[in-house]
Amino acid sequence: MKFQSVTCSVHPITAISRFPGRFLAVLTAAVSSCILAPDSLSGVHGVLVSLFIACYNDLLFPNTGRAVVTVLERLGHTVEFRSAQTCCGQMHYNTGYIRESQPLLRRFVEIFADAQVICVPSSSCVAMIRDHYPKLAREMGDPKLVEAVDQVVPRVYEFTEFLVKKLGVEDVGAYYPHRVTYHPACHSLRGLQLGDVPYRLLQRVRSLELIDLPEKEECCGFGGTFSIKNADTSQAMLADKVRTILDTAAELCVATDNSCLMHIFGALHRGRTGVKTAHIAEVLASTETEPFA
Amino acid sequence: MSVRVGKAADAPPFPEAARHALEDSQLRHNMRHATHVIRNKRNNIVGELPDWPQLRAAGSQIKAHVMRYLDLYLEQFERNVTRAGGHVHWANDSDEARRIIRELVEQHGGKEVIKVKTMTSEEIELNPELAAHGITPYETDLAELIIQLGDDFSSHFVVPALHINHLQIRQIFKRKMPLEQMGIPDLGEQPPELAEAARRYLREKFLRVKVGVSGANFAVAETGSLVVVESEGNGRMCLTLPDVLISVVGIEKIVPTFQDLEVFFQMLARSATGERMSPYVSVWTAVNPNDGPKEFHVVLLDNGRTRVLADDEGKQALHCIRCAACLNACPVYERTGGHAYGAVYPGPIGAILMPQLQAMEHSQSLPYASSLCGACYEACPVKINIPEVLIHLRSELVQEKQSHIGGKLSRENLGMKVMSKVFQSEWLLRRAHKLARLGQGPFLDDGVVSSMPGLRAWTSSRDLPTIPKQSFREWWREREKSSRSAGVSEAGARRRDPERSEGTRERNHE
Repeated sequence: MKFQSVTCSVHPITAISRFPGRFLAVLTAAVSSCILAPDSLSGVHGVLVSLFIACYNDLLFPNTGRAVVTVLERLGHTVEFRSAQTCCGQMHYNTGYIRESQPLLRRFVEIFADAQVICVPSSSCVAMIRDHYPKLAREMGDPKLVEAVDQVVPRVYEFTEFLVKKLGVEDVGAYYPHRVTYHPACHSLRGLQLGDVPYRLLQRVRSLELIDLPEKEECCGFGGTFSIKNADTSQAMLADKVRTILDTAAELCVATDNSCLMHIFGALHRGRTGVKTAHIAEVLASTETEPFA
Repeated sequence: MSVRVGKAADAPPFPEAARHALEDSQLRHNMRHATHVIRNKRNNIVGELPDWPQLRAAGSQIKAHVMRYLDLYLEQFERNVTRAGGHVHWANDSDEARRIIRELVEQHGGKEVIKVKTMTSEEIELNPELAAHGITPYETDLAELIIQLGDDFSSHFVVPALHINHLQIRQIFKRKMPLEQMGIPDLGEQPPELAEAARRYLREKFLRVKVGVSGANFAVAETGSLVVVESEGNGRMCLTLPDVLISVVGIEKIVPTFQDLEVFFQMLARSATGERMSPYVSVWTAVNPNDGPKEFHVVLLDNGRTRVLADDEGKQALHCIRCAACLNACPVYERTGGHAYGAVYPGPIGAILMPQLQAMEHSQSLPYASSLCGACYEACPVKINIPEVLIHLRSELVQEKQSHIGGKLSRENLGMKVMSKVFQSEWLLRRAHKLARLGQGPFLDDGVVSSMPGLRAWTSSRDLPTIPKQSFREWWREREKSSRSAGVSEAGARRRDPERSEGTRERNHE
């Protein structure tokens, strides 16, 4: 199996074999020749950003990926999308289907082994990669895979984290003349510990009125298969989340994770509340001349 | 050896029990109020300590160390208890523990025992055993007394009556206490009046009953001392007034030295009740000729713990100091209350402890009773990574499921297998996207899917977004094509033809 980078990478190597020996050789070459130390990206222009879109964004929320591309290109960076990418394996892993998640880890690592930096508009996928990949790789008992995971994981960033912590950007030149509230998704809050990162970006959006969400640290009740297996409890949690969102009288609720937003949207729409949901990237992509969908 | 942990083996699955609990408006109100009050107190008081992260790290390390050398520390503890004039009994399971305790009470001709709040006693179902042999157990912890008089079950292991409010407590007292005889003909509804009634009811028992039963928060190996931490002082009465004291203690309660208590004393009260320190900390070492009980027995309880210890991933559940901070922080527990877990140890820690203690044979729905939001891990003073253990236990349940034909053919397993395969091939993924887009057609309803067979658990209360006409990868491909045909992309000129590489990929996937 060959994986092909769709846009040209700065690195000459474009095909990676699945076979461990060659894979390692490629990896070593990639590591030694072209990977920037993460902190050296601050203030740098023209970074080649590899996008990991996340499986559910790909199918259900393509606007999020488009928004990420818009923002990064507006900031002068180049975006590539390696089309062999599929899914990080989070759903399988979190539901206990560890064996079924293993090939997805392997696939991710092979595809992104030589990427400078991998930007992901989904905090839960980043948490999967950052918190679970190293352990999962070790359980798989393949030392080369462990090494490859350890190499790739530090180059994976959540989208807002990448903007603020690695690119050092807070003002992305956005304009969004609406009343907005922000829901800190559990994986962004307690997993990635994003803290005030998303707020710093939203505060610099012109004409945006940012309303603080009461009890914001409470889970919305999604939890992947939890929302199905424990649908009643999930709904009870969601009802409280929706109540606090309505209390803000915001027009739009944003987050770093479309999975939570899909859940919240489900109740906001069913209740005909008129409140919309959008990934934070879509707000950040919006300008006065080109309002984002 | 059979491991029974309370009545968990007979409990309905969590989702079923939760459904009923969620409809109880009084319960929902009580739970929300109580968990938020304790949570806020805990957050404020923990926030006072600049070295909280270091304390957590120390607590976690001490516990990990104890688990590694548990056999040695238990023997050291036994030697020191015996040297100080106490008796040590080893109980493999709850049956043994119950029998040992009951026989000890009978040897002393006891027809009654007074009890300090103890979770291990709940775990081994001591009260029904004693009652069946004509021995009356009196719970003396205020909340445990309320539970006992109300023929109820504990729903929280620090605040057992968390699920009921003071007005409900008044009704229980009016029903079960001889209030006239106690000189309270008209019981008021204010908490101090209720506490006074409990005080009068219990005081007479403290002075009369000759056998006390307790658990322990800590067992110090270096001295053979036991420690009970409490708020009311009723525990102190039970530990000092009777002639005979029997303590039933889980083997994981060991700390190596007296000095180690310093770490846990700083964390336990803050985590449990949001107090800087516990009002009563009782420490005793077997017997003292001048004071307290004349005879002391400690029953060291395994009941599945050594098996948990053998699981590298799951054993951190044994680090728990029973502060219940994870219960108070948990959004699931807050909504359903403790009874829905059908467990002596409810909440997030219960969800990882209960199935493990019972060899994964019971409480199988509990590892799924979590959205993995991480609030429990954040609140835990000894850094038990509860979400990680939940996932580990889910994987054990999945492996068990996949070991028989029924489980293999279950919708969930087939779905997961198929999706894993689809995600291993871009070619398959593109086809799956197309199929999903076509498949949603009949269910589209004004821009959303509001009813979908097979997904009713979701769509009964939540709409689903529709699958847009173009996936991200399709959009990207189109963008690349148009930029290439416009000849603007310098990068595009250096690139191999994506159609060809796609073809190569597809062949390689076959």
